[in-house]
Amino acid sequence: MSPETRAMQDDELTGPAVFWLLDGEALWKRKEGPAGAACASCHGAGSMKGVAARYPRVASGRGVNLEQQVNVCRTERQKAPPWAYESRELLAVTAYVARESRGMPIRIEWNAATAPFLEAGREAFNRRQGQLNLSCSQCHDDNWGKRLAGSVIPQAHPTGYPIYRLEWEALGSLERRLRNCLYGIRAETLTYGARELVELEFFLMWRANGMKLETPAVRP
Amino acid sequence: MARVVVNVPPRAKRGEVIEIRTLAGHVMETGFRRTQTGELIPRDIITQLVCTYNGVEVFRAELHPAMAANPLITFTTVAAESGTLEFKWTGDNGYAATQSAAITVV
Repeated sequence: MSPETRAMQDDELTGPAVFWLLDGEALWKRKEGPAGAACASCHGAGSMKGVAARYPRVASGRGVNLEQQVNVCRTERQKAPPWAYESRELLAVTAYVARESRGMPIRIEWNAATAPFLEAGREAFNRRQGQLNLSCSQCHDDNWGKRLAGSVIPQAHPTGYPIYRLEWEALGSLERRLRNCLYGIRAETLTYGARELVELEFFLMWRANGMKLETPAVRP
Repeated sequence: MARVVVNVPPRAKRGEVIEIRTLAGHVMETGFRRTQTGELIPRDIITQLVCTYNGVEVFRAELHPAMAANPLITFTTVAAESGTLEFKWTGDNGYAATQSAAITVV
């Protein structure tokens, strides 16, 4: 990460993700759906602190990431239609929630409930796939720090999602980033919200246990 | 929804050089890109930012298609007197945004 990118990330007032955070704050307080409830109606000030560091989590037998949890609240509590993946609204609220946990260590437990998801994620991480026949680990475990087409290969710790990626010139989710990698190795780009993607997110977050969240991060 | 943000130090000493940071949320579409069917995507950029300090223009920037989205423009000026800094962005398709910030000079 270059010093310039780091400076953009640390600039809380005029960093590029600030528009999403401001939108997220407005949406957080806005009453939505027939239930006439805003996010803030249930979740008091400061109650979201540390929440993003514990996602994805297991809820009623399914792996749920933070974006999906926002939509669960929208459909079940607010009775409002869910937001589309990668929509400005969903990213804004997710970033606003995750911002509350900035600086807190990631805590994903490996226990009886989460083990099936983490095992599946680990298996996917180590599985060769796509026309290039590469696994995630071949780049991100074996060759991190080296260069791939001019870019440094990172260790794949998802500490700052949703991130503002300079290449995207916008905020994007971890699933969007994973789909980028899948496309890059010419594997099947899984649809947003797919079980396999959530399992991979789960494993990556467990793998980053103890690292501090830096949402919304800026990356090249 | 918020589309422009400025960061001006609220207090400054007289004669001090102050740094002003401005950020505008904008796609900055260059006008050179094409869609998958080959049609040109029309240009849509911010073309100008003007900053006035108590009515006196202290900074002006003209932007062109090579600027990235969400342009951050940082500049400095001398804190002369207490008052207001007014920022005005104008661009293609009637884009216009204004923002102001107060500064106290001691």
